[in-house]
Amino acid sequence: MRQSGHTIWLLTLSLAAATFGAIVYATGMGHIAVPGGDILRVIAARVTSNSALLAGIDPVIPFVVFDVRLPRILTATLVGGGLAMSGVIYQGILLNPLADPYTLGVSSGAAFGAALALVANLSLMGHFSVPLFAFTGAALTLLVVLYLSSFNGQISANTLILSGVIVGAILAAGISFLKYLADEQVAVIIFWLMGSFASRTWLDVGVVTVALLCGLVLSLYYARDLNILSLGTRAADTLGVESTRVRWILLLSASLVTAVCVSVSGIIGFIGLIVPHLMRFLVGPDNRKLLPVSILAGALLLLAADTVTRAVLPVEVPIGVLTALIGGPFFCVIFRRRQRRAI
Amino acid sequence: MTATSGFGLTGVSFAYGETPALADLDISLQPGKFYGIVGPNGCGKTTFLDLLTGTKSPDQGSVTFMDRPVAEYRRRDLARLVALVPQDFAIDFAFTVQEVVFMGRHSHIGRFASPGAEDWRQVDAAMEAIGISHFRDRFVNELSGGEKQRVVVARALAQHTPYLLFDEATSSLDVQYTMQIFNVAKKLVQEEGRTVIAVIHNLNLAAAYCDELIFMKKGKVAAGGPTNTVLEPAMIKKVFGVESRVVFDEFSNTQQISFRYWS
Repeated sequence: MRQSGHTIWLLTLSLAAATFGAIVYATGMGHIAVPGGDILRVIAARVTSNSALLAGIDPVIPFVVFDVRLPRILTATLVGGGLAMSGVIYQGILLNPLADPYTLGVSSGAAFGAALALVANLSLMGHFSVPLFAFTGAALTLLVVLYLSSFNGQISANTLILSGVIVGAILAAGISFLKYLADEQVAVIIFWLMGSFASRTWLDVGVVTVALLCGLVLSLYYARDLNILSLGTRAADTLGVESTRVRWILLLSASLVTAVCVSVSGIIGFIGLIVPHLMRFLVGPDNRKLLPVSILAGALLLLAADTVTRAVLPVEVPIGVLTALIGGPFFCVIFRRRQRRAI
Repeated sequence: MTATSGFGLTGVSFAYGETPALADLDISLQPGKFYGIVGPNGCGKTTFLDLLTGTKSPDQGSVTFMDRPVAEYRRRDLARLVALVPQDFAIDFAFTVQEVVFMGRHSHIGRFASPGAEDWRQVDAAMEAIGISHFRDRFVNELSGGEKQRVVVARALAQHTPYLLFDEATSSLDVQYTMQIFNVAKKLVQEEGRTVIAVIHNLNLAAAYCDELIFMKKGKVAAGGPTNTVLEPAMIKKVFGVESRVVFDEFSNTQQISFRYWS
């Protein structure tokens, strides 16, 4: 199953091409179908400010493409990449192929923050109050989990997972309580928790892009160190890795990327778990190859899922539900197959 | 304590929270020797190695390496001088054997550079010496415990450091591979003047290979010196609490210990 060096390059490039193609194709899908050529022309016209390119195109199309579809499509793509990237980092640092971006309770923190904003009907920051509360909740949760699991500046995989589970459980109870308090408002909270990319804006695209790029640069810079961290702290230290520092930097960047993703889209499960897992099958555990491939595959997958729920299904199914419904059984199959092979 | 270019510990104490692990150690380890650290389980041997590699810092006292505090070294620089074969070698990810041995070259290869000819030579030589070349393409997470341990030894050899620390590096190995690894280590000491500091549980193995032995008990040094002088029944009784006899064995051409097992 494991591919060689050249094939991995080819895989990375074709994934990048497929993602770009899928973005264009998905933009054409919806209530108003737009041919791919028109989409490229609309984009080119906007980028080069040359309105002559728009000749013969219905004037509503540029609006649909630019202000309605592309922000949502790009946000979904970026969030998919971000979640997959965080998944790779978490699995590497926690020495556990089954860790995901939510293992440290970042999702519960975000959910609690968002629920709080929704229940209290906070609108002091208008459209941004829910994402801001979600992000704050995620960041605070992360701080508490890191505080609980660090000792003398050292953090270990086991204490991190345990602290994440404990804090997550407390927050889950908090969320239930908020739902109880919310009364009729409860539907809003439930919808937020299930995730959605509906009515995303260019600002969302910008925020996620910045987060993803920072995370990507840092994680590629430390990718080889992350490989060696999977041998355990003692081995990593003596092989020349500043393991404590690298672990902190990568944990923080993966968590912040996750927090940003969750705050713009709600909780979308399974992408961060399945994609790194599947890609590790194909390219092996070397993070220098695994990170780019996983980011692209995550982007492609979440874009596909969001397009299905937006333009294919008769009713829009919450994206978090869709990824779990498809991803869960899929994961069971892989898991089962691997088990059988291991025996 | 004489000036040393190897490791020097002065008044070193270390505790895990409230539980003392090492107390008031004064040890000097000279280059070019094969040291054996022996002592009962939980007497602080692994913690002692952690202090040498800088993975842990002493609560009191100082640990120096080549006349400089260990804490002042960057990990990368230290990794070119000191290699460790740790006790725990579990790996959950499907790296190949060769990839893991290559990780030994981490400190020699620039961050975005590719391995050079010297890196390949060291990796090949290390795998050859330990006899794992024929399964270099297998995945480490599918190897047996003993095979994994040999991969980890090869990784440490690939680091090509003047100092090698073994933390029970042969605990999962049969007598053939145990001897193979210790023979490789002994050769490095004798022919290349490298230094080996090995935590060893098997006293006969320690007697056969080590130039000097350090007996540890409850976080303290019970005795340290040339193997021939410190290895005696009274010391074994004091440290391990068992009856034994130390005699020169002609077949193995070294001092060997026999124990009174049960009666």
